[in-house]
Amino acid sequence: MTTEPSPVPSPTPRASTGPDKPGAESSAPEVLTGSGAIIRTLELLGVTDVFGIPGGAVIPLYDELMTQDVIRHILVRHEQGAGHAAEGYAAATGRVGVAIATSGPGATNLVTAIADAYMDSVPILCITGQVFSTSMGTDAFQEADIVGITMPITKHSFLVRRAEEIPAAIAAAYHIASTGRPGPVLVDITKDAQQNKAPFIWPPKLDLPGYRPITKAHGKQVQAAAQLLVEARKPVLYVGGGVIRAHASAELLKLAELTGAPVVTTLMARGAFPDSHAQHVGMPGMHGTVPAVLALQESDLIVSLGARFDDRVTGKVSEFAPKAKIVHVDVDPAEISKIRAADVPIVGDAKDVIADLTVAYAAAAAETTPDISVWWSYLNGLREEYPLGFSEPSDGLLAPQYVIKRIGELTGPEGTYAAGVGQHQMWAAQYIKYERPNSWLNSGGAGTMGYSVPAAMGAKVAEPDRVVWAIDGDGCFQMTNQELATCTINNIPIKVAIINNSSLGMVRQWQSLFYDGRHSFTDLNTGHGTAMVPDFVKLAEAYGALAIRVTSADQVDDAIKLALATNDRPVVIDFIVSRDAMVWPMVPQGVSNSYVQYAKDHAPTWEEE
Amino acid sequence: MSTHVLSLLVENKPGLLTRVAGLFARRGFNIESLAVGHSEIAGLSRITILVDVEDVPLEQVTKQLNKLINVIKIVELEPSQSVQREHLLIKVRADNATRSQVLEAVTLFRARVVDVSTDALVIEVTGDSGKTQALLRVLEPYGIKEIAQSGLLAIGRGSKSITDRVFKN
Repeated sequence: MTTEPSPVPSPTPRASTGPDKPGAESSAPEVLTGSGAIIRTLELLGVTDVFGIPGGAVIPLYDELMTQDVIRHILVRHEQGAGHAAEGYAAATGRVGVAIATSGPGATNLVTAIADAYMDSVPILCITGQVFSTSMGTDAFQEADIVGITMPITKHSFLVRRAEEIPAAIAAAYHIASTGRPGPVLVDITKDAQQNKAPFIWPPKLDLPGYRPITKAHGKQVQAAAQLLVEARKPVLYVGGGVIRAHASAELLKLAELTGAPVVTTLMARGAFPDSHAQHVGMPGMHGTVPAVLALQESDLIVSLGARFDDRVTGKVSEFAPKAKIVHVDVDPAEISKIRAADVPIVGDAKDVIADLTVAYAAAAAETTPDISVWWSYLNGLREEYPLGFSEPSDGLLAPQYVIKRIGELTGPEGTYAAGVGQHQMWAAQYIKYERPNSWLNSGGAGTMGYSVPAAMGAKVAEPDRVVWAIDGDGCFQMTNQELATCTINNIPIKVAIINNSSLGMVRQWQSLFYDGRHSFTDLNTGHGTAMVPDFVKLAEAYGALAIRVTSADQVDDAIKLALATNDRPVVIDFIVSRDAMVWPMVPQGVSNSYVQYAKDHAPTWEEE
Repeated sequence: MSTHVLSLLVENKPGLLTRVAGLFARRGFNIESLAVGHSEIAGLSRITILVDVEDVPLEQVTKQLNKLINVIKIVELEPSQSVQREHLLIKVRADNATRSQVLEAVTLFRARVVDVSTDALVIEVTGDSGKTQALLRVLEPYGIKEIAQSGLLAIGRGSKSITDRVFKN
């Protein structure tokens, strides 16, 4: 079954556009400039916040932005910041995030965020200015073929050369970004299209004959999956980010509790299922918990819900979960059997499919309740034997894991946590306990260093009442910290924890483990015993943030509490931590997950590959 | 490797060909031939693609192609269930001494001469690749100066059309 794209894009619930201004049927449609049409369209779609920075090719749009107060525009300091802020905004709420940039370098600065959103299925709408349509293709000033550049990393893109086309293009972009498998959509609008006038007709007709996302799954396939679940003795629910994007956590909880099966949540799915739940056995993958890694590896049935068998989860694919049958549920047909052949492929929205599967399982299990107690006693044994843990660093410096753990404990599950990429990201995924979906934001697929500060900013704009932490590294922080200015000026009081180990820690860890300790160009000189350039405390103060430096364990709680109590400006805590701490457990790249290394107290000796 | 013929019904939008070609290029698949033209429906085009690729990666590419917003329908056309043709223009050396032999080959292959000059002919031929390759082999000794070849065109046999199937449901 398929669902036709709705001809009228449905506004989000929070849309408060007041009385319908345009489209009164009796009178002639209002004539707007293209820029006015952009703003009006966004308003009618329910957009309330946008992130951007002006430039030559979007001056007309910014001129119109100034004349209204329905949409809050947040002036960022770099377009990448706008892109990640839009991502954070979307990831925290499920609403479409919007970023605006000018042509040429403005647009290309968005590229990293667009690629990131594409990998992690984040619904964002990027609006870029383009040079005059008459100048296109002439190497005009600040001209770049941004539609061409972003083709492989957008769900779709539009080039708009005429003012008349604007409402339909933006409405279609919004629809495509937010339905099916969400993703980034780019609308590139020439300066003359922004300046020229056209009648504003709403709603526009969306003409997308090739876009029919499947949401409701095949009944037979769901039955087959339920049957496998009843027969399985070692089932596991392999939960991916799709469950969060589909807002399917409530349905997942029901299915999990009905089946009694263990649940693993991937890096993208942290919080989709409560960490405190007895059936949650942890995060799988390269740095997953031993029980979660082995739950997948040893299982006889993997029910994949909105996950995509990423190489960081499977390890060596040919040796991944050799005895498992696979039920693969995904809204994107191209994900199914892409990496691992599915025994039961189910194309559909996770929310609907999980609900249907729960009903089907209840019927199938009515006669015989499957006995998975042996499986559970195995997994419980692993949990006892291999709990998450870390040892105190031998250099006497702070353990980064401890810092992150305390941030989570003192802030609680209602907080939102955005991480950068690297060791601190893994520790934040491991040591903060997530109880609700959309509380954990990170760059999973693309692994974009610099994601954290702007993403936290976006999340804080979307949900101002929540505590929003950027858990960042000293490397990551130096890539996008300019958005602290945006936060201070616009009263977006995020809290930044720099896990400062003075190095590109994850690369350093690999160099320590696999390159004979040859630490090639991973020293950043920001931490203990170095010149500390830059001095993050001075830098944060220069940006108007409250800055705190923490060097010992007894200062940790006070600093976090002060940060939690400070809401009139951003807070930056520079946690000076040991550079020798490593992320454990670990499955080395390119080997089977059966070789997961636990290493609580020491790094094991590594066999040559 | 094995060759596959894909027939795509697509919206006639700027950049569409780049989107399609990009999906193949990203995976390192070489497109053997490509033919694009209008379809029977205004605003929609048909692309016929000949690729040399294993079945599993082909399935992945097909699924990715299906995800393109401007792609409406994709079918793989099996040789036995479809008519497949390519079209060649061949400029071959032909002077007074050889012209009659070349013309004889043209007749045998049911090709046509579309341009004549003192020392060359331009020959037009349509057929499956077996036929066109055979003609090229026969003409080769006379001296082929230039070839212009269309992409493979293919259409399913019988009364059904791809568009019927798309717009029925």
